[in-house]
Amino acid sequence: MVEHRPLGNALTHLILILGVALVLFPVYVAIVASTQGPGEFLRGTLPLLPGGHALDNYRLMWESGLSRSSAPPAGQMLWNSLIMALAITIGKLTISLLSAFAIVYFRFPFRLFFFWLIFITLMLPVEVRIIPTFRVVADLGMLNSFAGLSIPLIASATATFLFRQFFMTVPEEMLEAARVDGAGPFKFFKDILLPLSITNIAALFVIMFIYGWNQYLWPLLITTDPDYYTIVMGIQSMTADEGNTPWHLVMAAVVMAALPPVLVILCMQRLFVKGLTETEK
Amino acid sequence: MARLKLEGLKKTYAGDVQAVKGIDLDVADGEFVVLVGPSGCGKSTLLRMVAGLESITEGELTIGERKVNDLEPAQRDIAMVFQNYALYPHMTVYDNLAYGLKNRGFKRDEIERRVREAARMLEIEEFLPRKPRQLSGGQRQRVAMGRALVREPEVFLFDEPLSNLDAKLRVQMRVEIKQLQRRLKTTSLYVTHDQLEAMTLGDRLVVLNGGRIEQVGTPMEIYARPASIFVATFIGSPAMNLIPVAYLKERGNGLLDDLPPDTDLVGIRPDDLRIQPPDAPHLVVESTLELFEAAGAESHLYVRLAGSDQPSVIRTAGQSPVAEGETLRFHVVREALHPFNSASGKRTV
Ligand SMILES: Nc1ncnc2c1ncn2[C@@H]1O[C@H](COP(=O)(O)OP(=O)(O)OP(=O)(O)O)[C@@H](O)[C@H]1O
Ligand SMILES: [Mg+2]
Repeated sequence: MVEHRPLGNALTHLILILGVALVLFPVYVAIVASTQGPGEFLRGTLPLLPGGHALDNYRLMWESGLSRSSAPPAGQMLWNSLIMALAITIGKLTISLLSAFAIVYFRFPFRLFFFWLIFITLMLPVEVRIIPTFRVVADLGMLNSFAGLSIPLIASATATFLFRQFFMTVPEEMLEAARVDGAGPFKFFKDILLPLSITNIAALFVIMFIYGWNQYLWPLLITTDPDYYTIVMGIQSMTADEGNTPWHLVMAAVVMAALPPVLVILCMQRLFVKGLTETEK
Repeated sequence: MARLKLEGLKKTYAGDVQAVKGIDLDVADGEFVVLVGPSGCGKSTLLRMVAGLESITEGELTIGERKVNDLEPAQRDIAMVFQNYALYPHMTVYDNLAYGLKNRGFKRDEIERRVREAARMLEIEEFLPRKPRQLSGGQRQRVAMGRALVREPEVFLFDEPLSNLDAKLRVQMRVEIKQLQRRLKTTSLYVTHDQLEAMTLGDRLVVLNGGRIEQVGTPMEIYARPASIFVATFIGSPAMNLIPVAYLKERGNGLLDDLPPDTDLVGIRPDDLRIQPPDAPHLVVESTLELFEAAGAESHLYVRLAGSDQPSVIRTAGQSPVAEGETLRFHVVREALHPFNSASGKRTV
């Protein structure tokens, strides 16, 4: 900041605080709600102070879940979500890094054609191609499996495109120096390109993880076996019983569902900061 | 150390762009050869063909006893210093130097020994644990040199390695590169477009123009006897003056009668236009001083020859004897004339 006007400062802070409060208030309500006892919600008002049932609610959800909604315990669903989100994230990153590497550094016939082909799939997210994709997965017998949950979501035009743009900014002399230094294509990829992309990888990891974690429609469609339910669809099924929803328990599940993405962001934040300071210094 | 031999090297890029049009050059074992030429003449392309970074369209390239046309850069036993250094930004200086050796499967203690040795020679030992971005331009340049040095290759290739440095550092590194090459006696090919580097660094100088060799020789040979108008005007600063023979003959000077009949242009270096009349027989030319430029140790006088539009430059020490706009008389001895034929562009004797 160049200017230091006290009034301006106070005003900007006020606006920022209001903004933060606006965003955080619902989160706060959810957390508070998850600590209430079963009766609280029936009164029709939203409690604003924490109640004393936090432990009971969380333990109940973690261990046994809502028996009425046929959903398994939240612990199990969180685990399923984690596997799915990680598989999608790592799969997307691996595939997009490799395809961007191929597109930028190798001369093969129809290179540009393939690039555009990948690019065009940007326009076809899961929701658009969901019926044919479901057919394929069903025919391959991958319903109710982690493979079925993650593989169809792995192809990523966005990440491929971003890595391509990044690789194109790496000076060509870097590749040439590596060639003179006796590094073949994969050594170059592993020793030079990957470490240089680490900040981008961390950023995409967060985005992809949250994308995978928040998948709702796809898991809903292909899982019928509660062993493969993910937390996001599980929460939805808990509220299906209209008017009778045990909100305190649902909120406990919601809070648990929100934690892993937050943790991922916190972990990866270290990496971006490291990456950023390292390239800037 | 090895001999480097280029025979009829040609490079044609897609779209029939002929960047290198047939180069024959024999670089002796331990020799330092400098390639110089205007921008776009194919210097980098030629160097990169030797390095193996660019394929060879035609011709044969031999390093030592091996024909290396189809070998990868790493198999040619060359090391290259890039113009922008191309250091690996995420590796420490130590790792930058060690990377090539690691890839070649050297033992760890041998790598350590070589890296320390090179770092000592280049005085970059204290920077070994740093990353490239924590170094100044000059230090990075040294690291880039170090990366080439540790490999102890048969041939060093340099592509304008000093062009990103400031003037003072450039002079210092130029001297160091020359000393280093003398000491290591590694065959070297050095690309530059800097006059001074070209004249001072190499045992031999190769002047390139439009993908072809104009002249090869020691720097002094080339300076003293440029083989073509191109070389005459390219080497030397300020550039050599070119004056039509007819103009000089008009001034009634019998001195020019022994020039070969096809000479129609003579070149005269700016230092050879003397303001003081010499003792030897000489030409006297009148001119108008247009601009006086003092550059410290020397001064440049921009003149226009009397009775013609011909501009020329005189280099002298000290002040101008006349004011701008006044008439200046200068003198040229016979030995200072470089006879050329303007149609062929070649020297006539
Ligand atoms: N990949 C390419 N495709 C087509 N033409 C090229 C390519 N690379 C270089 N050229 C052409 O080849 C010629 C020689 O280029 P080169 O880079 O060797 O010049 P240079 O002598 O190194 O010039 P400079 O002093 O500016 O570096 C130029 O005319 C250039 O346009
Ligand atoms: Mg060049």
